[in-house]
Amino acid sequence: MSFIDQSKIRNFCIIAHIDHGKSTLADRIIEKTGLLTSREMQNQVLDNMDLERERGITIKAQACRTVYKAKDGEEYILNMIDTPGHVDFNYEVSRSLAACDGAVLVVDATQGVEAQTVGNVYLAMEHDLEIFPVLNKIDLPSAHPEEVKSEIEDVIGLDAEDAPEISAKTGQNVEDVLEAIVHKIPAPVGDIQAPLKALIFDSVYDSYKGVIISVRLREGTVKPGDRIRMMATGAEEEVVEVGYFGAGQMIPCDVLEAGMVGYITASIKNIKDTRVGDTVTNADRPCEERLPGYKKVQSMVYCGIYPADSAKYPELRDALEKLQLNDASLYFEPETSAALGFGFRCGFLGLLHLEIIQERLEREYNLDLVTTAPGVVYKIHKTSGEVMELTNPSNLPDPSEIEYMEEPMVKAEIMVTTEFVGPIMQLCQERRGEYQGMEYIETTRALLTYHIPLNEIIYDFFDALKSRSRGYASLDYEIIGYQRSELVRLDILVNKEPVDALSFIVFADSAYDRGRKMCEKLKEEIPRQLFDIPIQAAVGSKVIARETVKALRKDVLAKCYGGDISRKKKLLEKQKEGKKKMRQIGNVEIPKDAFLNVLKLDEN
Amino acid sequence: MELYIHIPFCVKKCGYCDFLSFPAGGKLQAKYTEALIREIRSFSGMEQSVSSIYIGGGTPSLLPAEGIAEIMAAVGEAFSLEPDAEVSMEANPGTVQPGSLSVYRGAGVNRLSFGCQSADDGELKRLGRIHTFREFQESYAYAREAGFANINIDLMSGLPGQTEESWERTLSQIAEMQPEHISAYSLILEEGTPFYEKYHAVSGMIAEGEPDFRVRELEEERYHLKEEEQLPGEETERRMYERTEEILADCGFRRYEISNYAKSGKECRHNVGYWTGVPYLGLGLGASSYTGTLRFRNTDDIGKYLLAHTGSDSDGRLRTLFGGACGSEKETENILTADGREDPEFLGREDRMAEFMILGLRLVSGVRPEEFRRRFGQDVTEVYGGTIRKYKEAGLLREEDGRLFLTRRGLSLSNMIMAEFLL
Repeated sequence: MSFIDQSKIRNFCIIAHIDHGKSTLADRIIEKTGLLTSREMQNQVLDNMDLERERGITIKAQACRTVYKAKDGEEYILNMIDTPGHVDFNYEVSRSLAACDGAVLVVDATQGVEAQTVGNVYLAMEHDLEIFPVLNKIDLPSAHPEEVKSEIEDVIGLDAEDAPEISAKTGQNVEDVLEAIVHKIPAPVGDIQAPLKALIFDSVYDSYKGVIISVRLREGTVKPGDRIRMMATGAEEEVVEVGYFGAGQMIPCDVLEAGMVGYITASIKNIKDTRVGDTVTNADRPCEERLPGYKKVQSMVYCGIYPADSAKYPELRDALEKLQLNDASLYFEPETSAALGFGFRCGFLGLLHLEIIQERLEREYNLDLVTTAPGVVYKIHKTSGEVMELTNPSNLPDPSEIEYMEEPMVKAEIMVTTEFVGPIMQLCQERRGEYQGMEYIETTRALLTYHIPLNEIIYDFFDALKSRSRGYASLDYEIIGYQRSELVRLDILVNKEPVDALSFIVFADSAYDRGRKMCEKLKEEIPRQLFDIPIQAAVGSKVIARETVKALRKDVLAKCYGGDISRKKKLLEKQKEGKKKMRQIGNVEIPKDAFLNVLKLDEN
Repeated sequence: MELYIHIPFCVKKCGYCDFLSFPAGGKLQAKYTEALIREIRSFSGMEQSVSSIYIGGGTPSLLPAEGIAEIMAAVGEAFSLEPDAEVSMEANPGTVQPGSLSVYRGAGVNRLSFGCQSADDGELKRLGRIHTFREFQESYAYAREAGFANINIDLMSGLPGQTEESWERTLSQIAEMQPEHISAYSLILEEGTPFYEKYHAVSGMIAEGEPDFRVRELEEERYHLKEEEQLPGEETERRMYERTEEILADCGFRRYEISNYAKSGKECRHNVGYWTGVPYLGLGLGASSYTGTLRFRNTDDIGKYLLAHTGSDSDGRLRTLFGGACGSEKETENILTADGREDPEFLGREDRMAEFMILGLRLVSGVRPEEFRRRFGQDVTEVYGGTIRKYKEAGLLREEDGRLFLTRRGLSLSNMIMAEFLL
């Protein structure tokens, strides 16, 4: 009864370090398999959000089905599953991998093995994927494929002897990759007769079709009219449509069968019901147990998001709701700030996730935002025995009620060329890192392992890492748990008034230093106004740092005659525009960007 | 209405100058004068009478005196001058002689404006001026001898190497000469000038509010400026500014605009016109015009300008724009471009309200809310109530005797306030 021969299906993903050419290779594969003509090709077909294209990164996992006529004369269905490349989205990467049977490992022949290369390979190995390497960018004069091959064999332990040497950019030897996919990656196995068991590896909200879930069928079949159940959330719906993903479009079909990758729509209104990693089964004939590995996504980083114009609060809420439809990992709840009015406390997977959401809100929903200091989730052990999770520094209980506090720790793995090991170790120490070990991957490269409090890396750790290694270091991290720590809340007072949106939790011994830097930064950020503005940093009632923005004394155009008027008016227009970017706190105007800028501690 | 006539020539550019001016030979000057006269004639028969003329530059006194006489003659033929019209002309010390001065007088010029800038020869040299203070005194004396009874002197504070003492000396020496009018500007660093290149980093630091001693240190260490090249810090500059009004008041000069001081009744009528919305017609290279609802300007490309005003005169359609004739914006634009005019800026009601406030508040006497009501049929508080209240409370605006005006501190911070009057 099967429509498609399982042995002719290949489900795979492409894994790579950032910038090693994953998306470009995906584009070429789509092109070479003839699904689209060259003319139709836009760059990076898989990344269909503008934002992704601009940033050059892939945010949401997506799948694409292409048809390849191999040299053996047979037509194969290639399901290519795209994975996000950033550590913030590690869990999504892991789910995407679970939907595959094999992985193409792209290694830049000019750069060699990088931290994320190793990380992604291990992740793929955990999912028992068949992995084969591909050397990319061999058209560049600085490519040294032979060395990189031996590096792959030494460092990762993969056989790289026959690794295709390609240029995804020019299309050179991309057929070799397609042949390798057909011959090296195993066909899926799975009983078509068994009850439905399918893994959700992505879900997006579409205003016409409701939630669209991307699935990999392990066993059984699914077709329109079936009742399905999400095993973790328990939600049940009737299937409206099934199909598969062409490049950038959905193509309905009659039935999805074990081994296939496709989508299901079931007029599901709430994306929270369709958690990535959950198992879909048939409600009338359920499978016995879920596929392994489902976990609820935890927000790691929190911050307050406020409309710059408080009248836009309902619009911000609508926008967040809409974004959440497509991104179940975005969390938000209303909160109120004395300084900023009504807004939302939002939870994110990491800082990049935060920035992406912020940008999407500003760009796609045309909102002007004020974003407060990102923080992590602290555990407050109260003297009463109660444990509270603190996501907003303003809610920190009185110190007399606190027994002790805990903060989340990460295991950070930093790959760095040996010449920068010194500066990077110093950076980690400055950020309270505990040294765990160092491995030489090869003579010029080392992998440093540290345990570091998450709150030390969420602000500007990436930037610091890049600047101290001239861009050569890369970071991968995972949460390893909580650790007791001496923490205090640092308050910032502007013109003697505490600005709650600028408060944050900090390691007690760093408070003085951070407070001083915050005051200096704020002094730079706040323009001079009609009166002197004192800026103070305080822990409890103790002021630990102070700066003053001196009153503005002169802001005048000496000359303005007939020929000057148009030009001078333009100057005033500019000044007026600048004022729009201000937020009135008490009687002081603070630029909106200041709330985030003050946290970016200057390197150098 | 008023006329502005631009003469874009100078002996050499000063380091701070961003005016449309450049050195040019006699031939070009002659061709320019011809073109200018053609442009003037193209307005023959304009109905509106002319209340003031301002011949500015550049250095108008660089033209042969006869050139000025011809220009004035052409103006006299084309326009109807009011009998008591103010006719100003800019002159640079060292470029006027008794002979030329009496030609200007004969041509109808009745007010001279001297770009003196400073009484300190070191400061003059650093500014790139071509004259000494002594030469200025001489030119001034010639002007008085030639019978000019209305003379302005331009001065600048906040100059490189200037001290409070030297500024006060400049002010006293000039005030003693008893001109009728003094314009005292503080140095503006205009983008694209050599001064901007040299000083904008320093001035940025000063704007941050660094104390003077620190500014001096940084000027020396970071920017390697010798003492006589250093810009004064904010505190010094502010004291210079405050002393200006005091010293000049003692000598009988009343401040009537942000940078302008005059003996009673000798305020520059032409410039007051700019600040009170009187229409003006700009003639010559790059000159701006304003009809009351429209602003535009002549090309600043000398080649284009000469070409536009050779051969036959234009058909005079431009005149109609001043007569309140208003076709569509598109038609107006066509008229303008056909006659070589650029950058039309159509002023809607809100623009006009904003300009009424922004320009009017430059005057020490400020604006009259009653006049606002008369022009726009709306109460000023209806449009600007919040802003006015806010700045009254801050002590920067005041209302007395039917006038709304900036206080002394308000004048110093006027940009901040004016920006809020834009709609």
